[in-house]
Amino acid sequence: MAPVFDYAPAPESRSVVDLAPSYGLFIDGEFTEAADGKVFKTVSPSTEEVLSEVAEAGEADVDRAVKAARKAFEKWSALPGSERAKYLFRIARIIQERSRELAVLETLDNGKPIKETRDADLPLVAAHFFYYAGWADKLDHAGYGADPRPLGVAGQVIPWNFPLLMLAWKIAPALATGNTVVLKPAETTPLSALFFADICRQAGLPKGVVNILTGDGRAGAALIAHPDVHKVAFTGSTAVGKQIARTVAGTRKKVTLELGGKGANIVFDDAPIDQAVEGIVNGIFFNQGQVCCAGSRLLVQESIHDELLNSLKRRLTTLRLGDPLDKNTDIGAINSAEQLARITALADQGEAEGAERWSPACELPENGYWFAPTLFTNVTQAHTVARDEIFGPVLSVLTFRTPDEAVAKANNTPYGLSAGIWTEKGSRILAVANKLRAGVIWSNTFNKFDPTSPFGGYKESGYGREGGRHGLEAYLDV
Amino acid sequence: MSDRLTVLKTYKLYVGGKFPRSESGRVYEVTDSKQNWLANAPLSSRKDARDAVVAARKAFGGWSGATAYNRGQVLYRVAEMLEGRRDQYVREVAGAEGLSKSKAGDQVDAAIDRWVWYAGWTDKIAQVVGGGNPVAGPFFNLSSPEPTGVVAVLAPQKSSFLGLVSVVAPVIATGNTAVVIASEKSPLPALSLGEVLATSDLPGGVVNILSGRTAEIATPLASHQDVNAIDLAGADEELAKELEIAAADNLKRVLRPQSVDNWSAAPGTDRMTAFLETKTVWHPTGSLGASGSAY
Repeated sequence: MAPVFDYAPAPESRSVVDLAPSYGLFIDGEFTEAADGKVFKTVSPSTEEVLSEVAEAGEADVDRAVKAARKAFEKWSALPGSERAKYLFRIARIIQERSRELAVLETLDNGKPIKETRDADLPLVAAHFFYYAGWADKLDHAGYGADPRPLGVAGQVIPWNFPLLMLAWKIAPALATGNTVVLKPAETTPLSALFFADICRQAGLPKGVVNILTGDGRAGAALIAHPDVHKVAFTGSTAVGKQIARTVAGTRKKVTLELGGKGANIVFDDAPIDQAVEGIVNGIFFNQGQVCCAGSRLLVQESIHDELLNSLKRRLTTLRLGDPLDKNTDIGAINSAEQLARITALADQGEAEGAERWSPACELPENGYWFAPTLFTNVTQAHTVARDEIFGPVLSVLTFRTPDEAVAKANNTPYGLSAGIWTEKGSRILAVANKLRAGVIWSNTFNKFDPTSPFGGYKESGYGREGGRHGLEAYLDV
Repeated sequence: MSDRLTVLKTYKLYVGGKFPRSESGRVYEVTDSKQNWLANAPLSSRKDARDAVVAARKAFGGWSGATAYNRGQVLYRVAEMLEGRRDQYVREVAGAEGLSKSKAGDQVDAAIDRWVWYAGWTDKIAQVVGGGNPVAGPFFNLSSPEPTGVVAVLAPQKSSFLGLVSVVAPVIATGNTAVVIASEKSPLPALSLGEVLATSDLPGGVVNILSGRTAEIATPLASHQDVNAIDLAGADEELAKELEIAAADNLKRVLRPQSVDNWSAAPGTDRMTAFLETKTVWHPTGSLGASGSAY
C-alpha cells in the first residue's frame, strides 16, 4: 500500500549533546584511565559512526572500584535516610533537567527512536530515582522490620537495550537503602552511564558511592566474582544469568537476576481488535523488540485469526523505520552487528523450519544495523521462533481454541517474565492471569512500566523483583 | 542603606489560589514575644471559612485525581521553593516564636525536610496500607486507600511553622484538600506559606489558609456539612470537645489534639492514615477448571 503522504524529515538536534572524544572509568569520584590503558570504541548503530572512545576496565580496575565503593560504604550507610533521600531527589531533578540531552545521547548510542528515549526511557529514569529517593527515610515502613540494613557494595551489570533505565533500576534502590555501587554498563552502550557519573558529581554525591566501569563481559565477570561485593544484580541473557548463579554459589552474596523472556500476548475473540493490534505492535516492536518482556509470541483465538492478522499487517505497513533521531521514526536500528546477526539467523531458521515469513515493504538504510519488522505465521510450538528468545522485531503467531489451551501454550516455555491478555471480559482476564506463570501480566495493554510496580520473572526469566516496595528487598539484609 | 524606609508586607489570606483580605474587613494585631507589633493579620469570619470550604471542595477532584507521582513532584517543589526563601521564614519564625536565629533556622530546616518526607509518601502509602486480600473464593479483592475529602486543620498554636507544615503536608500528600486555621497568636509564617504554595504548581484551593480567632473560624468548619474531617491539633481541651461534638453531625473523621512537645521528631504515618478511607474492590476471577499448571 503506497503511503498517502510523504513525511518530511524531522530530526531532533544533536547539538544538545556534547560528546568528548574519550571517556575514562568513573572511580572514587574521578574519571581515570584503565590501569592497562586499554580503550574501545562505541559506535552509533544507525550509522556506524564512532561516537567516542571509552576505557576498558580490567581486573585491577574492578578491584580499585570495589575498594572505593567499600570505603564509601561506611559513611554512606551511616547517613540518616533523610539525607540519602535528598541526594537521590537531587539526582532525579537533574535528570529531569537534562532529560533531552540524555534522550538524544541514548538514541545515538543505542539506536532506538528519539520518540522512545524522550517519552519513555527518560521520564521513567527520573521517576525511578524520585520514587526510591522517597523510600530512603521510610525503610522502617517497608515491611522488612525495624531499621533494615544495607548489604554493602553492590556489583551491577546491565544490558544495552535500556541503558539508562536499567541503570536507574539498579542504582536508585541500591543507594536508597544505603549500599554503594559499582556498575558496568553494556559494552555497546557505555555513554549514558558516564553522563550519569557527571550527574552524580553535579548532585554532590560523596565520592565512591557510585562507580562506573565500562568494559566487556570479562569486567562484568570479575565484578561479580569479587569477594568484597555482597550484592549482585544482573539484567541480561539467561545464559549469562545461569553462569552468574554458578559463580556466586557457596558465597553469601545476595543475587537478583532479570533475564530473558518469550512473552505470550493472548488475544481472545471478544477483544477490541484495533486496541489489541496497537498492543501487539507495542509489545513486539517497541525498542525493535529488544525487550526482555516483549510479547514475542502472539496467541490468537482461531476464530479471529484472519481478521486480526489483516489488521496487524495493515498497521505494520504504516510503521516508519529509519533515522532514530527523527521524531517520526517508529523503528530504529538494531543495537549491534552481533545482535543483527543473531536475529537474522533465527529468522532464517524460522523460515527453514517451515513457518511463513512476512514483512511490510520497507526500505532499510545502507549503513548501520537494520532489520525489518517481521511476522511468522503457521508457527507451531516446536518451531525455534516459538521457543527461543530472538530479541528483535520478530513476532511468532500461534493460535488456540479454548482459554485452557491458551494458558497451556503461553506457559509452554522455560521463561516466565511477561504476558498479555486481551479480552473485554474481566473475569476471564483474572482467571487467565491466575494461571499464567509469569511475573508481569498486562491486561488490555502491554509494556507498561512504573517505578512503583514490581517487575521480574518466574522460572528461567530470573529471580528477584525490581521496582516498588518489593524492589527494596534485593538491597536489604533481610 | 540604613536610612531607607522598608516596605512592609500586607499579610492576606490564601483561598482558592488567591490572596484575599477577610470579607469582613477586619484585622488584628500580631505581636512578637515582647509585645512589639509585627503586622496586622486578617481576622477571618465564618463567611471566610465557608468560602474556603467551597474552594477546597472545588479543588478536591483534580488534586485527588492527580497521580501520586504528580503530587509528590508538587510537594517536593514546595520544599525547593521554601529552601530559596529560607531567610524570610527564619526571620518570621524567630519573630513569631521568640527564638534565636539559629533555633528558628532549625525549625525551618526541619519544615523543609518534612515536605520532602511527605513528597516521598504520596506514591508509597498505598503500598504500605493497602493490598490484595486472599478471600476464600474465586475473587480478585484489593483494598486501596483514598483521600477522605476536605479536611479542616487547626494548626498548632505554638509551633507556628514546623507544626503547621507537619499537619498540613500529610493531609494533602494523600490527595485531600485543606482549610487551615493558622496559629492565632503567630499566624504570619502560615500566611507567608501561601506565597510559596502559590508558586509551587500546587493547584489553587488545595490548601486554604485563614488567620484569626481559632474558635470563631473552627466552629462553622466543625459543623459544616461539606467538610469531611477535622484535625484538632490547635484546639485546647474545651474547644476540642465542642468541635468534636459538632463534627459528629455528619460523622467527620476527627483527629484529636495530641500533646506534641517536639514537632522535630520523625513523623510516622498516623497523620496520613487519619484522613484516608479504605476502598475494597471485588471482581470474580472466573474459572478455568481446577487443574493447576503443569509447568
